[in-house]
Amino acid sequence: MRRPLTLYGLTFSLPLLIWQLLFFVFPLVFLVALSFWTVKNFRMQPDFDTVNWVTIYGRSVFWQAYGTTLAMAAFAAALVSVLAFPCAYAIAFKLSETARRWAVFLMVIPFFTSYLVRVYSWQIFLSDAGIINVMLGWIGLGPYGLLNTVGATMIGYLTLTFPLVVLLQLFSLVFIDRTLVEAAHNLRCGRLRTVFEVIIPSARVGLVIAALFAFILCFGDFVSPIYLGGGDPTTLSILITDTTKSGQQWPRAAVIALTMIGTLLVVAFAAVRFAYKGRTK
Amino acid sequence: MSDRDSASINRNRAVDLALKVYIVLGYAFVFAPIAASFVFSLNSDRFPSIPLGNFSLEWYQAVASDPLVWSGLRNTLLVGITVGVIATALGFGAAYTDYRYRFFGKQVYLALALIPPTIPVVILGLAMLAYLSRISLSGNALSVIIAHVVICAPFAMAIIRLRLSQMDPDLEAAAWNLGASEWAAMRHVIVPFTKPAIFGALFITMAVSFDEFAIAWFVSGLNETLPVKVLGFLQGQVSPRINAIGTFVFVTSMTLVILAQILLTGRGAQIRPAADE
Repeated sequence: MRRPLTLYGLTFSLPLLIWQLLFFVFPLVFLVALSFWTVKNFRMQPDFDTVNWVTIYGRSVFWQAYGTTLAMAAFAAALVSVLAFPCAYAIAFKLSETARRWAVFLMVIPFFTSYLVRVYSWQIFLSDAGIINVMLGWIGLGPYGLLNTVGATMIGYLTLTFPLVVLLQLFSLVFIDRTLVEAAHNLRCGRLRTVFEVIIPSARVGLVIAALFAFILCFGDFVSPIYLGGGDPTTLSILITDTTKSGQQWPRAAVIALTMIGTLLVVAFAAVRFAYKGRTK
Repeated sequence: MSDRDSASINRNRAVDLALKVYIVLGYAFVFAPIAASFVFSLNSDRFPSIPLGNFSLEWYQAVASDPLVWSGLRNTLLVGITVGVIATALGFGAAYTDYRYRFFGKQVYLALALIPPTIPVVILGLAMLAYLSRISLSGNALSVIIAHVVICAPFAMAIIRLRLSQMDPDLEAAAWNLGASEWAAMRHVIVPFTKPAIFGALFITMAVSFDEFAIAWFVSGLNETLPVKVLGFLQGQVSPRINAIGTFVFVTSMTLVILAQILLTGRGAQIRPAADE
Protein backbone atom coordinates (compact mmCIF):
# COMPACT_ATOMS: atom_id res chain seq x y z
CA MET A 1 0.00 0.00 0.00
CA ARG A 2 2.47 2.63 1.18
CA ARG A 3 6.20 3.18 1.10
CA PRO A 4 7.49 -0.23 2.11
CA LEU A 5 10.95 0.70 3.36
CA THR A 6 10.51 2.34 6.73
CA LEU A 7 12.08 1.48 10.04
CA TYR A 8 8.58 0.80 11.30
CA GLY A 9 7.76 -1.70 8.57
CA LEU A 10 11.10 -3.46 8.77
CA THR A 11 10.77 -3.91 12.53
CA PHE A 12 7.84 -6.21 11.87
CA SER A 13 8.89 -7.83 8.60
CA LEU A 14 12.56 -8.54 9.12
CA PRO A 15 12.70 -10.71 12.28
CA LEU A 16 10.83 -13.62 10.72
CA LEU A 17 12.71 -13.28 7.44
CA ILE A 18 16.07 -13.33 9.21
CA TRP A 19 15.10 -16.23 11.47
CA GLN A 20 13.82 -18.40 8.63
CA LEU A 21 16.83 -17.58 6.45
CA LEU A 22 19.30 -18.34 9.23
CA PHE A 23 17.61 -21.40 10.67
CA PHE A 24 15.49 -22.84 7.87
CA VAL A 25 16.99 -21.99 4.48
CA PHE A 26 20.64 -22.14 5.51
CA PRO A 27 20.34 -25.58 7.16
CA LEU A 28 18.70 -26.97 4.02
CA VAL A 29 21.35 -25.38 1.80
CA PHE A 30 24.02 -26.66 4.15
CA LEU A 31 22.56 -30.13 3.70
CA VAL A 32 23.42 -29.89 -0.01
CA ALA A 33 27.01 -28.89 0.77
CA LEU A 34 27.25 -31.58 3.42
CA SER A 35 26.33 -34.28 0.94
CA PHE A 36 29.65 -33.61 -0.85
CA TRP A 37 31.79 -33.74 2.29
CA THR A 38 33.96 -36.72 3.12
CA VAL A 39 34.42 -38.66 6.33
CA LYS A 40 37.93 -39.70 7.26
CA ASN A 41 38.82 -41.35 10.57
CA PHE A 42 35.32 -40.66 11.85
CA ARG A 43 35.72 -36.93 11.23
CA MET A 44 33.83 -34.95 8.64
CA GLN A 45 35.85 -32.76 6.32
CA PRO A 46 34.66 -30.06 3.96
CA ASP A 47 35.24 -31.37 0.48
CA PHE A 48 33.71 -31.62 -2.95
CA ASP A 49 33.46 -35.30 -3.55
CA THR A 50 30.57 -37.24 -5.05
CA VAL A 51 31.56 -40.35 -3.10
CA ASN A 52 28.48 -40.21 -0.83
CA TRP A 53 26.09 -40.00 -3.75
CA VAL A 54 27.88 -42.83 -5.54
CA THR A 55 27.95 -45.01 -2.41
CA ILE A 56 24.30 -44.51 -1.48
CA TYR A 57 22.95 -44.78 -5.02
CA GLY A 58 25.05 -47.88 -5.58
CA ARG A 59 23.44 -49.75 -2.71
CA SER A 60 20.52 -52.03 -3.38
CA VAL A 61 19.40 -51.53 0.26
CA PHE A 62 18.79 -47.88 -0.51
CA TRP A 63 16.73 -48.55 -3.62
CA GLN A 64 14.71 -51.22 -1.82
CA ALA A 65 14.00 -48.79 0.98
CA TYR A 66 13.15 -46.10 -1.56
CA GLY A 67 10.67 -48.33 -3.35
CA THR A 68 9.14 -49.56 -0.10
CA THR A 69 8.76 -46.06 1.33
CA LEU A 70 7.24 -44.70 -1.86
CA ALA A 71 4.82 -47.61 -2.16
CA MET A 72 3.81 -47.57 1.51
CA ALA A 73 3.30 -43.80 1.63
CA ALA A 74 1.30 -43.84 -1.63
CA PHE A 75 -0.82 -46.75 -0.43
CA ALA A 76 -1.39 -45.06 2.94
CA ALA A 77 -2.41 -41.80 1.24
CA ALA A 78 -4.92 -43.64 -0.95
CA LEU A 79 -6.19 -45.73 1.96
CA VAL A 80 -6.68 -42.81 4.31
CA SER A 81 -8.39 -40.79 1.57
CA VAL A 82 -10.84 -43.61 0.90
CA LEU A 83 -11.48 -44.27 4.60
CA ALA A 84 -11.77 -40.61 5.56
CA PHE A 85 -14.09 -39.61 2.75
CA PRO A 86 -17.32 -41.23 4.00
CA CYS A 87 -16.60 -39.74 7.42
CA ALA A 88 -15.99 -36.23 6.07
CA TYR A 89 -18.96 -36.58 3.72
CA ALA A 90 -21.28 -37.63 6.54
CA ILE A 91 -20.07 -34.81 8.79
CA ALA A 92 -20.53 -32.28 6.01
CA PHE A 93 -23.94 -33.38 4.76
CA LYS A 94 -25.66 -35.40 7.47
CA LEU A 95 -24.96 -33.50 10.68
CA SER A 96 -26.56 -30.37 12.06
CA GLU A 97 -24.56 -27.15 12.36
CA THR A 98 -23.92 -27.70 16.09
CA ALA A 99 -22.98 -31.35 15.72
CA ARG A 100 -20.60 -30.42 12.91
CA ARG A 101 -18.84 -27.86 15.10
CA TRP A 102 -18.39 -30.50 17.80
CA ALA A 103 -17.15 -32.99 15.22
CA VAL A 104 -14.48 -30.51 14.08
CA PHE A 105 -13.47 -29.73 17.66
CA LEU A 106 -13.10 -33.44 18.47
CA MET A 107 -11.03 -34.04 15.32
CA VAL A 108 -8.63 -31.28 16.38
CA ILE A 109 -7.89 -32.90 19.75
CA PRO A 110 -5.57 -35.61 18.35
CA PHE A 111 -3.21 -32.90 17.05
CA PHE A 112 -2.45 -32.03 20.63
CA THR A 113 -1.88 -35.51 21.92
CA SER A 114 1.53 -37.03 21.61
CA TYR A 115 1.85 -39.17 18.49
CA LEU A 116 4.42 -41.30 20.35
CA VAL A 117 1.96 -42.03 23.13
CA ARG A 118 -0.70 -43.04 20.63
CA VAL A 119 1.74 -45.34 18.84
CA TYR A 120 2.67 -46.96 22.16
CA SER A 121 -1.02 -47.32 22.86
CA TRP A 122 -1.46 -49.21 19.58
CA GLN A 123 1.24 -51.59 20.76
CA ILE A 124 -1.05 -52.40 23.70
CA PHE A 125 -3.84 -53.22 21.25
CA LEU A 126 -1.76 -55.16 18.73
CA SER A 127 0.81 -57.12 20.74
CA ASP A 128 0.58 -60.91 20.99
CA ALA A 129 -1.17 -60.80 24.37
CA GLY A 130 -2.77 -57.45 23.55
CA ILE A 131 -6.36 -56.31 23.62
CA ILE A 132 -7.29 -57.44 20.12
CA ASN A 133 -5.80 -60.91 20.49
CA VAL A 134 -7.48 -61.38 23.88
CA MET A 135 -10.82 -60.41 22.35
CA LEU A 136 -10.26 -62.73 19.41
CA GLY A 137 -9.41 -65.43 21.95
CA TRP A 138 -12.89 -65.09 23.45
CA ILE A 139 -14.38 -66.32 20.19
CA GLY A 140 -11.71 -68.96 19.82
CA LEU A 141 -9.43 -67.28 17.27
CA GLY A 142 -5.77 -66.39 17.21
CA PRO A 143 -3.51 -65.30 18.62
CA TYR A 144 -2.22 -63.61 15.49
CA GLY A 145 1.07 -61.78 15.12
CA LEU A 146 -0.34 -58.32 14.52
CA LEU A 147 2.55 -56.22 15.71
CA ASN A 148 5.67 -55.75 13.57
CA THR A 149 3.77 -56.10 10.33
CA VAL A 150 3.13 -53.74 7.44
CA GLY A 151 -0.50 -53.69 8.53
CA ALA A 152 0.52 -52.32 11.93
CA THR A 153 2.60 -49.64 10.19
CA MET A 154 -0.49 -48.70 8.21
CA ILE A 155 -2.48 -48.33 11.42
CA GLY A 156 0.24 -45.99 12.64
CA TYR A 157 0.10 -44.00 9.41
CA LEU A 158 -3.68 -43.77 9.73
CA THR A 159 -3.31 -42.56 13.31
CA LEU A 160 -0.98 -39.87 12.05
CA THR A 161 -3.02 -38.71 9.06
CA PHE A 162 -6.70 -39.63 9.51
CA PRO A 163 -7.74 -36.55 11.54
CA LEU A 164 -5.92 -34.13 9.21
CA VAL A 165 -7.37 -35.73 6.07
CA VAL A 166 -10.91 -35.74 7.48
CA LEU A 167 -10.60 -32.04 8.36
CA LEU A 168 -9.15 -31.02 4.98
CA GLN A 169 -11.76 -33.04 3.08
CA LEU A 170 -14.47 -31.62 5.30
CA PHE A 171 -13.45 -28.04 4.58
CA SER A 172 -13.61 -28.63 0.83
CA LEU A 173 -16.96 -30.45 1.10
CA VAL A 174 -18.58 -27.75 3.24
CA PHE A 175 -17.92 -25.17 0.52
CA ILE A 176 -19.65 -27.15 -2.23
CA ASP A 177 -22.61 -25.30 -3.66
CA ARG A 178 -25.63 -27.22 -2.31
CA THR A 179 -27.74 -26.20 -5.29
CA LEU A 180 -25.48 -28.38 -7.46
CA VAL A 181 -26.38 -31.41 -5.37
CA GLU A 182 -30.06 -30.55 -5.50
CA ALA A 183 -29.88 -30.04 -9.24
CA ALA A 184 -28.35 -33.48 -9.65
CA HIS A 185 -31.16 -34.97 -7.57
CA ASN A 186 -33.80 -33.13 -9.55
CA LEU A 187 -32.28 -34.49 -12.73
CA ARG A 188 -32.77 -37.99 -11.29
CA CYS A 189 -29.11 -38.57 -10.66
CA GLY A 190 -28.76 -41.39 -8.16
CA ARG A 191 -27.24 -40.99 -4.72
CA LEU A 192 -23.95 -42.72 -5.43
CA ARG A 193 -23.68 -41.21 -8.88
CA THR A 194 -24.12 -37.73 -7.38
CA VAL A 195 -21.21 -38.42 -5.06
CA PHE A 196 -18.92 -39.51 -7.86
CA GLU A 197 -19.98 -37.10 -10.59
CA VAL A 198 -20.88 -33.96 -8.67
CA ILE A 199 -19.43 -33.94 -5.18
CA ILE A 200 -15.99 -35.47 -5.73
CA PRO A 201 -15.19 -33.34 -8.83
CA SER A 202 -16.30 -30.17 -7.00
CA ALA A 203 -14.13 -30.99 -4.01
CA ARG A 204 -11.21 -32.27 -6.08
CA VAL A 205 -8.69 -29.62 -5.01
CA GLY A 206 -9.28 -30.26 -1.32
CA LEU A 207 -9.27 -34.04 -1.70
CA VAL A 208 -6.00 -34.06 -3.64
CA ILE A 209 -4.32 -31.65 -1.22
CA ALA A 210 -5.46 -33.82 1.70
CA ALA A 211 -4.00 -36.92 0.07
CA LEU A 212 -0.78 -35.01 -0.66
CA PHE A 213 -0.39 -34.04 3.00
CA ALA A 214 -1.02 -37.64 4.02
CA PHE A 215 1.65 -38.76 1.57
CA ILE A 216 4.19 -36.22 2.86
CA LEU A 217 3.56 -37.15 6.49
CA CYS A 218 3.80 -40.90 5.91
CA PHE A 219 6.83 -40.56 3.63
CA GLY A 220 8.79 -38.84 6.38
CA ASP A 221 7.49 -40.68 9.44
CA PHE A 222 9.95 -42.95 11.23
CA VAL A 223 7.91 -43.76 14.34
CA SER A 224 5.28 -46.10 12.90
CA PRO A 225 7.67 -48.13 10.71
CA ILE A 226 9.96 -48.70 13.71
CA TYR A 227 7.63 -49.14 16.66
CA LEU A 228 4.65 -50.73 14.92
CA GLY A 229 6.29 -52.15 11.81
CA GLY A 230 9.30 -53.47 13.72
CA GLY A 231 11.78 -51.71 11.44
CA ASP A 232 11.21 -54.22 8.66
CA PRO A 233 10.93 -53.39 5.79
CA THR A 234 13.34 -50.50 6.20
CA THR A 235 12.08 -47.11 5.10
CA LEU A 236 14.11 -44.07 4.09
CA SER A 237 13.35 -42.28 7.35
CA ILE A 238 14.68 -45.26 9.30
CA LEU A 239 17.81 -45.19 7.13
CA ILE A 240 18.29 -41.50 7.95
CA THR A 241 17.88 -41.91 11.70
CA ASP A 242 20.16 -44.97 11.73
CA THR A 243 22.81 -43.33 9.60
CA THR A 244 22.71 -40.12 11.64
CA LYS A 245 22.54 -41.57 15.12
CA SER A 246 25.14 -44.29 14.62
CA GLY A 247 28.42 -42.60 13.92
CA GLN A 248 29.48 -39.70 11.80
CA GLN A 249 27.99 -40.68 8.45
CA TRP A 250 25.96 -37.47 8.22
CA PRO A 251 26.97 -36.79 4.60
CA ARG A 252 25.34 -40.05 3.55
CA ALA A 253 22.23 -39.25 5.54
CA ALA A 254 22.21 -35.89 3.74
CA VAL A 255 22.14 -37.71 0.38
CA ILE A 256 19.10 -39.71 1.51
CA ALA A 257 17.39 -36.59 2.87
CA LEU A 258 17.98 -34.65 -0.36
CA THR A 259 16.62 -37.56 -2.40
CA MET A 260 13.51 -37.47 -0.20
CA ILE A 261 13.11 -33.72 -0.68
CA GLY A 262 13.47 -34.13 -4.45
CA THR A 263 10.85 -36.87 -4.50
CA LEU A 264 8.47 -34.83 -2.37
CA LEU A 265 8.87 -31.80 -4.63
CA VAL A 266 8.05 -33.89 -7.72
CA VAL A 267 5.04 -35.50 -6.04
CA ALA A 268 3.77 -32.19 -4.65
CA PHE A 269 4.15 -30.48 -8.02
CA ALA A 270 2.35 -33.30 -9.84
CA ALA A 271 -0.43 -33.38 -7.24
CA VAL A 272 -1.02 -29.63 -7.37
CA ARG A 273 -1.08 -29.70 -11.15
CA PHE A 274 -3.55 -32.55 -11.10
CA ALA A 275 -5.68 -30.76 -8.50
CA TYR A 276 -5.98 -27.58 -10.55
CA LYS A 277 -6.09 -29.24 -13.97
CA GLY A 278 -8.77 -27.72 -16.15
CA ARG A 279 -9.37 -24.84 -13.77
CA THR A 280 -8.68 -21.45 -15.21
CA LYS A 281 -9.61 -19.32 -12.23
CA MET B 1 -29.68 -25.52 5.34
CA SER B 2 -29.77 -29.14 6.42
CA ASP B 3 -33.50 -28.79 7.16
CA ARG B 4 -34.11 -27.57 3.67
CA ASP B 5 -32.34 -30.35 1.90
CA SER B 6 -33.83 -33.00 4.11
CA ALA B 7 -37.17 -31.77 2.81
CA SER B 8 -36.16 -31.44 -0.81
CA ILE B 9 -33.81 -34.38 -1.33
CA ASN B 10 -35.01 -37.91 -1.10
CA ARG B 11 -33.27 -39.43 1.87
CA ASN B 12 -32.65 -43.00 2.54
CA ARG B 13 -32.85 -43.68 6.27
CA ALA B 14 -30.64 -46.76 6.09
CA VAL B 15 -27.87 -44.92 4.25
CA ASP B 16 -28.02 -41.99 6.67
CA LEU B 17 -27.84 -44.33 9.62
CA ALA B 18 -24.92 -46.25 8.09
CA LEU B 19 -23.05 -43.00 7.52
CA LYS B 20 -23.61 -41.89 11.09
CA VAL B 21 -22.39 -45.25 12.38
CA TYR B 22 -19.34 -44.75 10.17
CA ILE B 23 -18.65 -41.36 11.80
CA VAL B 24 -18.76 -43.02 15.21
CA LEU B 25 -16.35 -45.73 14.00
CA GLY B 26 -13.99 -43.08 12.65
CA TYR B 27 -13.94 -41.26 15.98
CA ALA B 28 -13.57 -44.57 17.83
CA PHE B 29 -10.43 -45.27 15.79
CA VAL B 30 -9.04 -41.82 16.56
CA PHE B 31 -9.81 -41.90 20.27
CA ALA B 32 -9.12 -45.58 21.03
CA PRO B 33 -5.37 -45.05 21.58
CA ILE B 34 -5.94 -41.85 23.55
CA ALA B 35 -8.51 -43.49 25.82
CA ALA B 36 -6.44 -46.65 26.22
CA SER B 37 -3.43 -44.63 27.24
CA PHE B 38 -5.49 -42.92 29.94
CA VAL B 39 -7.02 -46.16 31.23
CA PHE B 40 -3.76 -48.09 31.35
CA SER B 41 -1.93 -45.25 33.06
CA LEU B 42 -4.08 -46.13 36.10
CA ASN B 43 -3.62 -49.88 35.76
CA SER B 44 -1.11 -51.98 37.70
CA ASP B 45 -0.07 -54.47 34.98
CA ARG B 46 3.47 -54.39 33.70
CA PHE B 47 2.29 -55.57 30.28
CA PRO B 48 -1.00 -53.79 29.77
CA SER B 49 -3.87 -55.74 28.25
CA ILE B 50 -7.36 -56.84 29.17
CA PRO B 51 -8.76 -57.95 31.58
CA LEU B 52 -7.63 -54.91 33.55
CA GLY B 53 -5.47 -55.34 36.61
CA ASN B 54 -5.90 -53.31 39.76
CA PHE B 55 -6.31 -49.60 39.98
CA SER B 56 -2.92 -48.18 40.74
CA LEU B 57 -0.99 -44.96 40.67
CA GLU B 58 2.37 -46.73 40.54
CA TRP B 59 3.25 -45.50 37.05
CA TYR B 60 2.63 -41.92 38.08
CA GLN B 61 4.80 -42.55 41.14
CA ALA B 62 7.48 -44.17 39.00
CA VAL B 63 7.45 -41.17 36.68
CA ALA B 64 7.39 -38.65 39.51
CA SER B 65 10.38 -40.25 41.21
CA ASP B 66 12.49 -40.29 38.05
CA PRO B 67 14.84 -37.28 38.15
CA LEU B 68 15.36 -37.52 34.38
CA VAL B 69 11.65 -37.03 33.82
CA TRP B 70 11.75 -33.90 35.97
CA SER B 71 14.72 -32.48 34.10
CA GLY B 72 12.91 -33.37 30.87
CA LEU B 73 9.82 -31.56 32.07
CA ARG B 74 11.90 -28.54 33.05
CA ASN B 75 13.48 -28.48 29.61
CA THR B 76 10.11 -28.90 27.91
CA LEU B 77 8.58 -26.02 29.84
CA LEU B 78 11.59 -23.78 29.33
CA VAL B 79 11.69 -24.57 25.62
CA GLY B 80 7.91 -24.40 25.17
CA ILE B 81 7.47 -21.03 26.83
CA THR B 82 10.45 -19.44 25.09
CA VAL B 83 9.37 -20.87 21.74
CA GLY B 84 5.82 -19.63 22.29
CA VAL B 85 6.96 -16.07 22.95
CA ILE B 86 9.49 -15.85 20.10
CA ALA B 87 7.31 -17.66 17.55
CA THR B 88 4.31 -15.49 18.39
CA ALA B 89 6.37 -12.30 18.09
CA LEU B 90 7.80 -13.36 14.73
CA GLY B 91 4.43 -14.64 13.54
CA PHE B 92 2.79 -11.36 14.52
CA GLY B 93 5.34 -9.39 12.52
CA ALA B 94 4.86 -11.59 9.48
CA ALA B 95 1.07 -11.51 9.72
CA TYR B 96 1.12 -7.71 9.98
CA THR B 97 3.53 -7.48 7.05
CA ASP B 98 1.22 -9.61 4.92
CA TYR B 99 -1.80 -7.59 6.07
CA ARG B 100 -0.40 -4.15 5.39
CA TYR B 101 2.34 -4.23 2.78
CA ARG B 102 2.68 -5.20 -0.82
CA PHE B 103 6.21 -5.56 -2.08
CA PHE B 104 8.39 -7.33 -4.60
CA GLY B 105 9.05 -10.92 -3.52
CA LYS B 106 6.11 -11.13 -1.17
CA GLN B 107 5.29 -14.62 -2.45
CA VAL B 108 8.75 -15.81 -1.42
CA TYR B 109 8.39 -14.10 1.94
CA LEU B 110 5.08 -15.85 2.57
CA ALA B 111 6.47 -19.18 1.41
CA LEU B 112 9.33 -18.84 3.91
CA ALA B 113 6.80 -17.95 6.56
CA LEU B 114 4.50 -20.91 5.92
CA ILE B 115 6.40 -23.85 4.38
CA PRO B 116 8.54 -25.16 7.30
CA PRO B 117 5.85 -27.39 8.92
CA THR B 118 5.41 -29.30 5.65
CA ILE B 119 9.03 -30.46 5.52
CA PRO B 120 9.36 -33.97 7.01
CA VAL B 121 10.78 -33.73 10.53
CA VAL B 122 13.55 -36.28 9.93
CA ILE B 123 14.95 -34.10 7.17
CA LEU B 124 14.59 -30.90 9.16
CA GLY B 125 16.10 -32.64 12.18
CA LEU B 126 19.13 -33.81 10.23
CA ALA B 127 19.63 -30.43 8.55
CA MET B 128 19.33 -28.60 11.89
CA LEU B 129 21.69 -30.99 13.64
CA ALA B 130 24.36 -30.69 10.95
CA TYR B 131 24.02 -26.92 10.61
CA LEU B 132 23.74 -26.08 14.30
CA SER B 133 26.68 -28.26 15.25
CA ARG B 134 28.66 -26.55 12.51
CA ILE B 135 28.03 -23.16 14.14
CA SER B 136 28.46 -24.74 17.62
CA LEU B 137 24.88 -24.33 18.72
CA SER B 138 23.79 -27.97 18.90
CA GLY B 139 23.25 -30.23 21.85
CA ASN B 140 21.51 -27.85 24.20
CA ALA B 141 18.13 -26.39 24.97
CA LEU B 142 18.93 -23.37 22.79
CA SER B 143 19.16 -25.55 19.68
CA VAL B 144 15.73 -27.05 20.39
CA ILE B 145 14.33 -23.53 20.83
CA ILE B 146 15.81 -22.39 17.52
CA ALA B 147 14.44 -25.38 15.65
CA HIS B 148 11.00 -25.24 17.24
CA VAL B 149 10.55 -21.56 16.47
CA VAL B 150 11.11 -22.38 12.78
CA ILE B 151 8.15 -24.79 12.72
CA CYS B 152 5.95 -22.91 15.23
CA ALA B 153 6.13 -19.37 13.81
CA PRO B 154 3.98 -20.35 10.77
CA PHE B 155 1.16 -21.46 13.09
CA ALA B 156 1.32 -18.17 14.99
CA MET B 157 1.33 -16.25 11.75
CA ALA B 158 -1.71 -18.08 10.38
CA ILE B 159 -3.73 -17.52 13.56
CA ILE B 160 -2.91 -13.81 13.83
CA ARG B 161 -3.35 -13.22 10.08
CA LEU B 162 -6.83 -14.70 10.32
CA ARG B 163 -7.71 -12.25 13.08
CA LEU B 164 -6.27 -9.30 11.14
CA SER B 165 -8.41 -10.18 8.14
CA GLN B 166 -11.47 -9.55 10.33
CA MET B 167 -10.29 -6.01 10.94
CA ASP B 168 -11.54 -3.07 8.96
CA PRO B 169 -8.46 -1.78 7.06
CA ASP B 170 -9.70 1.80 7.50
CA LEU B 171 -9.29 1.63 11.27
CA GLU B 172 -5.54 2.01 11.14
CA ALA B 173 -5.77 4.81 8.57
CA ALA B 174 -8.34 6.54 10.76
CA ALA B 175 -5.91 6.49 13.67
CA TRP B 176 -3.22 8.07 11.46
CA ASN B 177 -5.64 10.77 10.30
CA LEU B 178 -6.40 11.54 13.92
CA GLY B 179 -2.72 12.27 14.41
CA ALA B 180 -1.45 8.96 15.74
CA SER B 181 2.02 7.94 14.65
CA GLU B 182 2.42 4.49 13.10
CA TRP B 183 3.76 3.22 16.41
CA ALA B 184 0.86 4.69 18.35
CA ALA B 185 -1.64 3.20 15.92
CA MET B 186 0.06 -0.16 16.37
CA ARG B 187 -0.14 0.12 20.14
CA HIS B 188 -3.67 1.44 20.43
CA VAL B 189 -5.45 -0.12 17.45
CA ILE B 190 -3.72 -3.19 16.00
CA VAL B 191 -2.44 -4.83 19.17
CA PRO B 192 -5.69 -4.49 21.16
CA PHE B 193 -7.65 -5.84 18.21
CA THR B 194 -5.39 -8.88 17.72
CA LYS B 195 -4.84 -9.53 21.43
CA PRO B 196 -7.05 -12.66 21.60
CA ALA B 197 -5.25 -14.09 18.57
CA ILE B 198 -1.87 -13.23 20.06
CA PHE B 199 -2.64 -15.21 23.21
CA GLY B 200 -4.26 -17.95 21.13
CA ALA B 201 -1.09 -18.20 19.03
CA LEU B 202 1.03 -18.22 22.19
CA PHE B 203 -0.83 -21.21 23.62
CA ILE B 204 -1.03 -23.13 20.33
CA THR B 205 2.69 -22.73 19.59
CA MET B 206 3.50 -23.81 23.14
CA ALA B 207 1.32 -26.88 22.67
CA VAL B 208 3.02 -27.72 19.35
CA SER B 209 6.43 -27.41 20.98
CA PHE B 210 5.37 -29.57 23.96
CA ASP B 211 4.54 -32.46 21.63
CA GLU B 212 7.37 -32.20 19.12
CA PHE B 213 9.85 -35.02 19.58
CA ALA B 214 11.63 -35.75 16.31
CA ILE B 215 13.58 -32.54 15.69
CA ALA B 216 14.16 -32.21 19.43
CA TRP B 217 15.55 -35.75 19.44
CA PHE B 218 18.03 -34.89 16.69
CA VAL B 219 19.32 -31.62 18.11
CA SER B 220 18.85 -31.82 21.88
CA GLY B 221 21.86 -33.95 22.77
CA LEU B 222 21.81 -34.57 26.51
CA ASN B 223 19.25 -31.88 27.27
CA GLU B 224 16.28 -34.06 26.42
CA THR B 225 12.79 -32.67 26.46
CA LEU B 226 9.95 -34.79 27.81
CA PRO B 227 8.75 -36.09 24.42
CA VAL B 228 12.32 -37.15 23.62
CA LYS B 229 12.34 -38.99 26.95
CA VAL B 230 9.16 -40.79 25.86
CA LEU B 231 10.92 -41.80 22.65
CA GLY B 232 13.66 -43.21 24.87
CA PHE B 233 11.12 -45.20 26.87
CA LEU B 234 9.71 -46.56 23.60
CA GLN B 235 13.16 -47.67 22.51
CA GLY B 236 14.18 -49.18 25.79
CA GLN B 237 12.20 -50.81 28.54
CA VAL B 238 8.74 -50.36 27.09
CA SER B 239 6.68 -49.54 30.09
CA PRO B 240 3.31 -48.11 31.05
CA ARG B 241 5.17 -45.05 32.28
CA ILE B 242 4.61 -43.70 28.78
CA ASN B 243 0.89 -43.72 29.52
CA ALA B 244 1.37 -41.71 32.70
CA ILE B 245 3.52 -39.12 30.93
CA GLY B 246 1.18 -39.15 27.94
CA THR B 247 -1.86 -38.48 30.09
CA PHE B 248 -0.07 -35.66 31.85
CA VAL B 249 1.08 -34.07 28.59
CA PHE B 250 -2.39 -34.53 27.11
CA VAL B 251 -4.03 -32.70 30.00
CA THR B 252 -1.45 -29.88 29.77
CA SER B 253 -1.81 -29.49 25.99
CA MET B 254 -5.60 -29.62 26.12
CA THR B 255 -5.66 -26.94 28.81
CA LEU B 256 -3.60 -24.71 26.54
CA VAL B 257 -5.73 -25.46 23.50
CA ILE B 258 -8.99 -24.86 25.33
CA LEU B 259 -7.63 -21.58 26.71
CA ALA B 260 -6.69 -20.61 23.15
CA GLN B 261 -10.12 -21.66 21.90
CA ILE B 262 -11.88 -19.55 24.54
CA LEU B 263 -9.74 -16.56 23.63
CA LEU B 264 -10.21 -17.00 19.89
CA THR B 265 -13.94 -17.59 19.84
CA GLY B 266 -15.10 -15.90 23.04
CA ARG B 267 -13.78 -12.38 22.72
CA GLY B 268 -12.73 -12.90 19.12
CA ALA B 269 -16.31 -13.44 18.03
CA GLN B 270 -17.15 -9.80 18.56
CA ILE B 271 -15.99 -8.07 15.44
CA ARG B 272 -16.34 -4.65 17.13
CA PRO B 273 -12.69 -3.98 17.89
CA ALA B 274 -11.24 -1.38 20.19
CA ALA B 275 -14.49 -1.12 22.12
CA ASP B 276 -12.73 -2.08 25.34
CA GLU B 277 -9.84 0.24 24.68
